[in-house]
Amino acid sequence: MSAATAQEVVVRTVDVVKQYGEGEAAVRALNGVSCEIFGGEYLSIMGPSGSGKSTFFNMIGGLDKPNEGSVFVNSVDIAQLTPRELAFLRCHTIGYIFQTFNLITVRTALENVTLPMLFAGTSPEDAEERGMKLLDTVGLGHRYHHRPTELSGGQQQRVAIARSLANDPAIILADEPTGNLDLKTGQEIIDLLKMLQSERGVTIISATHDHKMLDVSDRIFHIRDGKLDRIDINDGSNVIVH
Amino acid sequence: MQVQGRAQFKNVDPPLWVAWHQALASIRVRFLRQLITSIGIALGIAFLASIQTLRLAETNPDVQSQARMQWLVGTSLMMCLVGVTNSMLMSVTERYREIGTIKCLGASDSFIVRVFFLEAVLLGLTGSLIGAVLGCGLSALAARFSGTPVPLAQCTGIVLAATLIGLIMTVLAAIAPAIQAARMPAAAALRVDI
Repeated sequence: MSAATAQEVVVRTVDVVKQYGEGEAAVRALNGVSCEIFGGEYLSIMGPSGSGKSTFFNMIGGLDKPNEGSVFVNSVDIAQLTPRELAFLRCHTIGYIFQTFNLITVRTALENVTLPMLFAGTSPEDAEERGMKLLDTVGLGHRYHHRPTELSGGQQQRVAIARSLANDPAIILADEPTGNLDLKTGQEIIDLLKMLQSERGVTIISATHDHKMLDVSDRIFHIRDGKLDRIDINDGSNVIVH
Repeated sequence: MQVQGRAQFKNVDPPLWVAWHQALASIRVRFLRQLITSIGIALGIAFLASIQTLRLAETNPDVQSQARMQWLVGTSLMMCLVGVTNSMLMSVTERYREIGTIKCLGASDSFIVRVFFLEAVLLGLTGSLIGAVLGCGLSALAARFSGTPVPLAQCTGIVLAATLIGLIMTVLAAIAPAIQAARMPAAAALRVDI
């Protein structure tokens, strides 16, 4: 199991608190979460709606900053980064996948995949070549010139996965990637993510409601009321150990 | 270890053509939407240019009508400002999600502002120029038929000035909300639902 063999920590959070609003109306979405996420593991984050799951996801992805505590990505405290350094981190270290796909609607599938590479300073020719390879990897090489509105939900999510791989990130963050897909398409997306983890060694961190996702996960974080309630370890025989 | 981590962050921004392509794609794909924005700008500027032309066409103006025309020009400028600001504000706020997504892909804040700047320059320039030519031209024609022609040099001046005013207003009206959106944490921009 990859989590057990490679114990290199890629993400570490220390007493992370995130509060929305002020005074009496304040809501503590996260109330002191400390955890370690290992390189190459497939981690699922479970929790009911409003448990702080998405907030936690935003914290470890550098999409938002905690009010208290720290988030370390590759040993770098992201609260200390300037906006430009954060942009660099998002560009090179983390790939994002969303429930609603979030493709750039005005650009084609290929352009969506190459955009992060252009941000990273890759030449247009190299970006295009790599982009086509990535679209082939997700099985959409033949639809490279289509815009997101011309693709089905499953196809859009595949483009989003190809895009998340653009700059060879160490981590892929997926926020309910199967939430807007039917069962079969959802299973295909899960298989694709699992393949990326086992073949490319990418760390997959996925917030999910989907029980099919748990079978392929190495570990499962249960978040409840803004706290890390329980960690389950999947020992490979699909028996979940608490 | 932290120092090592920080040292590897380079200060790179993609070349300008990346932002230019993004701006062009956005105008091309949302052509109808952008056309309406552009017409909004054109109408405001046309009103301003036509009032200014009529003011110059007035021969032998007495103090009272001079003051009235100046007041009209001022009012048309205000209306034009509100119209243009409204158009551009809408076109930025309806794209918060896109801004959040592009931030997730690693765009710097300045890249986002640059895309909106280029878009606003394109829209503002075409909209204002068309509006200024139409407004000034129609009013000059009307003035000519009523026997008080406006010299061509003055018309050119009005067109240039009105285009410049329109361009500056459009760019400012787009840039201010774009800067605000670009500075938002990516998560906040993604959460916004219009």
